[in-house]
Amino acid sequence: MSNAPIDNGRRRFLTIATSVVGGVGAIGVAVPFIASWNPSERAKQAGAAVTADISKLEPGQLIRVEWRGKPVWVVKRTAETLQQLEQTEVNLRDPNSDVPQQPAYAQNRHRSIKPEIFIAVGICTHLGCSPSYLPNDFTEQVEGIISGFFCPCHGSKFDMAGRVFQSLPAQTNLVVPPHMFIDDNTIVIGEDEGVV
Amino acid sequence: MFKNLMSWIEYRLPFMDKMNLHVIQYPAPKNFNFWYFFGSLAMVVLVNQIITGVWLTMNYEPSAEGAFASVEYIMRDVDYGWLLRYMHSTGASAFFVVVYLHMLRGMMYGSYQKPRELLWVFGMLIFLVLMAEAFMGYLLPWGQMSFWGAQVIIGIFGTIPFIGEDLTLWIRGDYVISGATLNRFFALHVIALPLVLVILVFLHIMALHEVGSNNPDGIDIKKDNDGTVELTEADKKFTFHQYFTRGGKKIIVDAIPFHPYYTVKDLVGLAGFLLIFAWVIFFLPEGGGYFLEPPNFEPANPLKTPDHIAPVWYFTPFYAILRAVPHPFMGAVAMFAAIIALALLPWLDRGKVRSVRYRCGLHRINLIMFCVSFVALGVLGVLPATGLYTLLAQIFSFTYFGFFALLFFYSKNEKTKPLPERVT
Repeated sequence: MSNAPIDNGRRRFLTIATSVVGGVGAIGVAVPFIASWNPSERAKQAGAAVTADISKLEPGQLIRVEWRGKPVWVVKRTAETLQQLEQTEVNLRDPNSDVPQQPAYAQNRHRSIKPEIFIAVGICTHLGCSPSYLPNDFTEQVEGIISGFFCPCHGSKFDMAGRVFQSLPAQTNLVVPPHMFIDDNTIVIGEDEGVV
Repeated sequence: MFKNLMSWIEYRLPFMDKMNLHVIQYPAPKNFNFWYFFGSLAMVVLVNQIITGVWLTMNYEPSAEGAFASVEYIMRDVDYGWLLRYMHSTGASAFFVVVYLHMLRGMMYGSYQKPRELLWVFGMLIFLVLMAEAFMGYLLPWGQMSFWGAQVIIGIFGTIPFIGEDLTLWIRGDYVISGATLNRFFALHVIALPLVLVILVFLHIMALHEVGSNNPDGIDIKKDNDGTVELTEADKKFTFHQYFTRGGKKIIVDAIPFHPYYTVKDLVGLAGFLLIFAWVIFFLPEGGGYFLEPPNFEPANPLKTPDHIAPVWYFTPFYAILRAVPHPFMGAVAMFAAIIALALLPWLDRGKVRSVRYRCGLHRINLIMFCVSFVALGVLGVLPATGLYTLLAQIFSFTYFGFFALLFFYSKNEKTKPLPERVT
C-alpha cells in the first residue's frame, strides 16, 4: 500500500468510466441473444413473398398460388361481376371492410388495387376450410348474383370481393394478403413495399 | 468423531446455524389457521412440477412434427407416463389453486402491509413468472388449444401500437406460430423460467424471515424489550435464534418454533391436499375440460380454428377483463393493470390495521366483493363473449378495480376496532 492521498475525483471517474465501458459491453453481448429470436433465414425463406404471372389469366378465371402454406386466390373479375358488387351490399355483414382483414389500399368496394384483379387468402374465416369458387352458379346461393364463393363445410358465403354475407357462420371478410404489381402481368403476394 | 466432523463443517459452512435460523428456531406466531397451509403447499407443488417436468422431458420431443405424438407416446407407451403427465398437468392447476388462496390469505390479514411490502412484491413476481410458465407449458403438447391459445395470447402483444407487429414476429420467430416458437417456449419453460422461479421463491422466503410471519390477528409478535412486556409460561418454553431478538432489543411473545410445530401442522395440510390432488389425478385428470381442454386432444392445425377459444381456467379472470374492454390495446392495458394493481396493494392500502378481523365493515364487504368479482370474471372468461356476458364482464371488471379505488380512500381515515395486545 502506498501512502498517497486518496483522490476521490479520480476514483469516481475511474468507477464511472469502467461502468460505462462495461455497460456498453453488456449491451453488445445482449444483441446476439435478442436477435437470435428473429425469424431465421429458413423461416424467412419459407415465408417469403411469391410472384405469380397473370398474363394468361382469362376473365372469370381463378388461379391458386401458395403463400406461407396457404392457398391464395387470384381472380380476374369481369365487368359484370364488378357491377354486381354494388348489388350485394345490402346483404353483407361488413360491406365497407371496416374490420382490418385487408391492407389499407384494399379497403374499397372491390377490395383490391386494380378493380378487376382480386387477391385473397382462400380460407374461410370461420373454421379454415377452403371455399369453392362458383363462377356461374352462385345464383343458387344468393339470388341474382352470378358468381361468388361458397364454403362447403358450414355454408358461409362470400361475394366476389370476399365480403361475407350476413347471418352465416363466418363473421369476417376473407383476408386480403399484402400484394403489389411489378408490372401489368406480374404480381407479388406477401410484399407491398412502395404501395401507398 | 462425528461431532468433530460436524464442527469442522460448521466452521466452514454454518449449516446448523442456518437451519436454526430458518427452521428449528424460527419464531412463528402460534395462531396460524388453515389459511397458512398454502405457502408450504405451493412449495410442494413447485417440487412436484420440477420433478415430473424433468421426467417428462426424457420422452418429450420439442418439435412441431413430433411434439403431439410424443405426448401421446408418453400417455400410452411409457410406463407410468400417464401418471407423470397428469401429475404435471393437474399440478399446474393445483399450483394456481394454492397460489390464489395464498394471495387471498395475504389480502385478508394484511400481510402485504408495512414492513412486508417487498415480500408481497416478490410474491407477485412469482405469480407473474408462474403465469408465463403455465402459458408456455400449455403450448408444448401442440394440440389445437395449445396453438390457438398461444395465437390469442401472443396476439395481445400485437395490439401494442407501432411495435406490436414486429414484437409478435420476434416472439414467434416466424410469421405464424411454428416449430421455432415451440422450441423457444420449451427452452424457457424447462430451464429459464424454473430457474427464475426458484430464485424468486428463495428471495420470497428470505424476505419473509427477515420481517417475520404475519398472523390472522395482524399484530406483531416481536415487542420492544422495554420491560413492559410480560412473558407467559408458554413464552418462556422456547428458545429462538438470537437473530430475531436483535441482540435483546426485541422480545418474542406468542410464538412457537417453526419446527416441529408447523412442520407437523403443515404435514396435516399436505395430507389433506394430496388426498384431493390424487383423487383429481386418478379420477378427473382433465378437470372436466378445464385443466386440459378437449380441442387439445387434436394436433395443432393452423388452418382450422376451434369453435371457441378459451384459456385454461386460471387465466380466465384476466382474460375476461381483456375482453370486457372494446378496444384491443386498451383491453390488454386493463388486463396488465389488474395484475399491477395487486402488486401495488401495499401502497394503495393506507391503513395501519392489518387483519380484516379488526378493520371496518366496509373493508370486509369490499374484500368479499373483490372475491366475487374475481370468481365471476373467471367464469365469464370461459364463456363466449356475447351481449350479456360482455356486459357482466364489464360490470365485474369495474368492481374488481373498484376494490382498489375504494380501499385507497377509506383506508386513510378508517374506523377500526381496537387491536388486542396479544394474539388470540
